[in-house]
Amino acid sequence: MHAIEVENLTKRFGDFTAVDALNFNVERGEVFGLLGPNGAGKSTLIRMLTTLVPPTSGMARVNGFDIVRSANDVRQSIGVIPQAMTSDLDLTAQENMSIFAKLYGMPREKRLGTIKQLLKDVDLEKWADKPVKMFSGGMRRRLEIARGLVHEPKLFFLDEPTTGLDPVSRVSVWEMLTRLKAQRDLTILVTTHYMDEADKLCDRIAIVDHGKLVALDSPLKLKASIPGKNILEVSFSGAPPNWMQALRSLPDVVDVKSEENVYRISSHNGPGTTVAMMEAARNANATINSLSVQSTTLDDVFVHYTGHQLRDALQAPVAANSPFIMQRA
Amino acid sequence: MHRIWAIIERDLRRFRRSPVLVIVSIIMPLVQLIVLGYAFGGKIKHLQVGVVDEDHGVPAVKVKEMCQAVAANASTFETISYSDQATAMRDLRDGRIGGLIDIPPQFSRKVLAGANPRIAMMTDNTDQFSSTALEDSFDALLGVYNSPAVQPRTTANVNLSVVEVYPYVPYIQFLLPGTIVLSIFVSAMIGGGIIFIDDKARGLHEGYLVTPIRKFELILGFTLAGAAKAIIAGTVLITVGSLIAGIPDPLNPLRMARMLVLVVVTSMALISMMFLIMVRVSDPLVPRAIFGMLNTVLYFPSGAVYPTESFPGWMKAISVADPFTYAVHGFKELILKNTGLMAIKVDLIFLAGFTVLTLSAATLLFRRTL
Repeated sequence: MHAIEVENLTKRFGDFTAVDALNFNVERGEVFGLLGPNGAGKSTLIRMLTTLVPPTSGMARVNGFDIVRSANDVRQSIGVIPQAMTSDLDLTAQENMSIFAKLYGMPREKRLGTIKQLLKDVDLEKWADKPVKMFSGGMRRRLEIARGLVHEPKLFFLDEPTTGLDPVSRVSVWEMLTRLKAQRDLTILVTTHYMDEADKLCDRIAIVDHGKLVALDSPLKLKASIPGKNILEVSFSGAPPNWMQALRSLPDVVDVKSEENVYRISSHNGPGTTVAMMEAARNANATINSLSVQSTTLDDVFVHYTGHQLRDALQAPVAANSPFIMQRA
Repeated sequence: MHRIWAIIERDLRRFRRSPVLVIVSIIMPLVQLIVLGYAFGGKIKHLQVGVVDEDHGVPAVKVKEMCQAVAANASTFETISYSDQATAMRDLRDGRIGGLIDIPPQFSRKVLAGANPRIAMMTDNTDQFSSTALEDSFDALLGVYNSPAVQPRTTANVNLSVVEVYPYVPYIQFLLPGTIVLSIFVSAMIGGGIIFIDDKARGLHEGYLVTPIRKFELILGFTLAGAAKAIIAGTVLITVGSLIAGIPDPLNPLRMARMLVLVVVTSMALISMMFLIMVRVSDPLVPRAIFGMLNTVLYFPSGAVYPTESFPGWMKAISVADPFTYAVHGFKELILKNTGLMAIKVDLIFLAGFTVLTLSAATLLFRRTL
């Protein structure tokens, strides 16, 4: 049984199709990354899978439960961290955890121990009795991760868990997730805008655009699947005249620029060009002083599949930033 | 069941940390009670009345003496003598005096001839309350003036003797029932309206919706938590309000217990109403925008500040459907007349029915999804 099975899942808002007949499976134990531009339908997809939004058509099974017919079984078996920070600011970390443990129907005797362990796992043990409004963004996120795991689910949904965090907090959130995944044998479905994170941490990545799946594979295979866009930075000593010309005629080279002895070679095929360039240097008796090759990044993959244009789509207004929200300081 | 408790527990814990809600919902109505109570409640005193005596006969002097007696005792008005009517009229128009008595020439002769003489009274009727008080006071004065010194052997006069069943009720006490309901309303408005929508907008509810909590558990949790806070506000008001308004035997435990029943029923009714109004709202501006309007539409037609009998038909219609009306009536009976719960049976039944109706409608409209 797959952790998540999605079949022709579709969501339309009026005549706008947010999610368009998606099909994919998530295997047990993998970290599944969901990437896509703003408005691509990632959040709608996650909200359907976590039973927050009913699908227009198609079906999905989460942990074997139908998301419409067995919605409550789905809810009981998954942990969810919504995009917005949803901790109760006036309550302490411990109280926030405790309320959710009760909402998941955890028996009293199990509650305290589990909460204590989880707060320890996310390094918030010593802040357990402090109100969450005194926490930094990273601490709140970690608390929410602990909260999402309070009923010990095996499947964990995170919608942009690191958005808005500083680099140190981002790293610590991911470290925590990696550790928890190993300890608890979790399957994780995560959306993010940080390609470096997705590259390092996801086993497989789905790229969604206009509500459709445009690519789905491991990060490595995704990068290999697109025409190369590599940059070679090389410096030579003893380069012959017309060297620039020679470099330009190497296979797969798009462009060459130079500054004194340093050349920047753009290529469709980094490895091929590198080998040919070394061969040419040996033949010309030029010595390579330094060489670096920048390989294809997931950013390139993303842009390749989703295009360059900005997505200025309208979406449902979010009231969370309204100045009228009562601040209980 | 424990899930309902989790929702309530969370709300009450949060409330304990920042009890601003209840403080606001207690202070605001109390201030209104005191200010309105004293602004409208007092008896009118020391009105300035000009007297022009164009007669100077003994009967005219008797009228003036009686006026002075009023000034010295009830002190509803004080008299100022004028020698001519023109000056007095000018002062009346300029607002230096609130009324003018003119004893015409020939007054004494007509009295002695038994020819039903008249005394003219001119009042500044831009101020209805003062002019009415003045007229009433003079009517009473002339009633005494007319009564014969020696009673005839057979009296054909029918006299009305008023029996006041309850001790004198100052306006501030008349106002107290409405104030108690108002504090419950403000609490429901802030707790069930503003904070509820803010939590929704912040995404707090999204956090609950992904847990296996059932729709009715969520609604019941929100409602009971809101009602608990409204009950706290109402309970403080029945105690502090009774003391401030000077209700006789203010802390009578039996009456307190009866009032508590009504506080609970009223809180449930108003929080359910609020929940129904807010069930599909997501913009935090909405509860703030309708706060004042809702307050006016519910509070004033309820008979809390003025008797419903004086209302035009459309307003009477509002007052019939308005839960405030029944709550205010109930508290009036309990506080001003010290009745038992049987006397407010209709009020309790209406409020309970209103709760069931609004809560059912809200449950139907409530969406378990975003």
